Amino acid sequence: MAIEVRIPTILRTYTDGEKAVSGEGATLSALIADLESNHPGIRERLVDDSEGGDLRRFVNVYINDEDVRFIGGLEATLDDGDQVVVLPAVAGG
Amino acid sequence: MLTIDRATYEAILAHARRDHPDEACGIVAGPEGTDRPERLVEMINAAGSPTFYEFDSTELLALYKEMWANDEEPVVVYHSHTATEAYPSRTDIGLASEPGAHYVLVSTREHGNNEGPVEFRSYRIIDGEVTEEEVDLVEKLPARSPS
Repeated sequence: MAIEVRIPTILRTYTDGEKAVSGEGATLSALIADLESNHPGIRERLVDDSEGGDLRRFVNVYINDEDVRFIGGLEATLDDGDQVVVLPAVAGG
Repeated sequence: MLTIDRATYEAILAHARRDHPDEACGIVAGPEGTDRPERLVEMINAAGSPTFYEFDSTELLALYKEMWANDEEPVVVYHSHTATEAYPSRTDIGLASEPGAHYVLVSTREHGNNEGPVEFRSYRIIDGEVTEEEVDLVEKLPARSPS
């Protein structure tokens, strides 16, 4: 099951500069675990284990253009051919 | 150094004045790899706050998809401070995630919604390190060199 994941500039150090990588998983959580096995270090940039293992507050993940926060967060389900986009929030004080 | 044309510069100042006392935010996109801030996109501050700004997540995705389709990138990421100087706050530094962008800060603390000089400063923010850079204000960006 292949899912294309668009990687933002700031995380391309984990993907040898690739703008998009392919991964697999039936949920976002499983997909991130799969990404971590091929691109060590990337999970920690997406998931905050000190906050109960939820997605980081200032990282946005979209499945087929839907913000995953509205469709189950890390438990959001994935199907073959889904498009996942990771975008850091543009925010500050 | 950030080279920016006067019309874009003035439009950023106008946006900051209009949204004062809330922070205004947006980007200036340009063709990938050219460092040319050509297309101003004013964004809504979803936080609607005098001390915080954040692009709405749905609008953020729409913006990036538009840039990808145009082979553009965010050349400038700007926002205003409305009570403090035009220098990146700790939050700004912690959340900066476009290592290739010029981070522009403007401050409306002096004149608020009114006409009058507005501080306009530009920085690189990479791995938590802030480097201020010169701003070269030009009437028009130079013609694009053939690639």
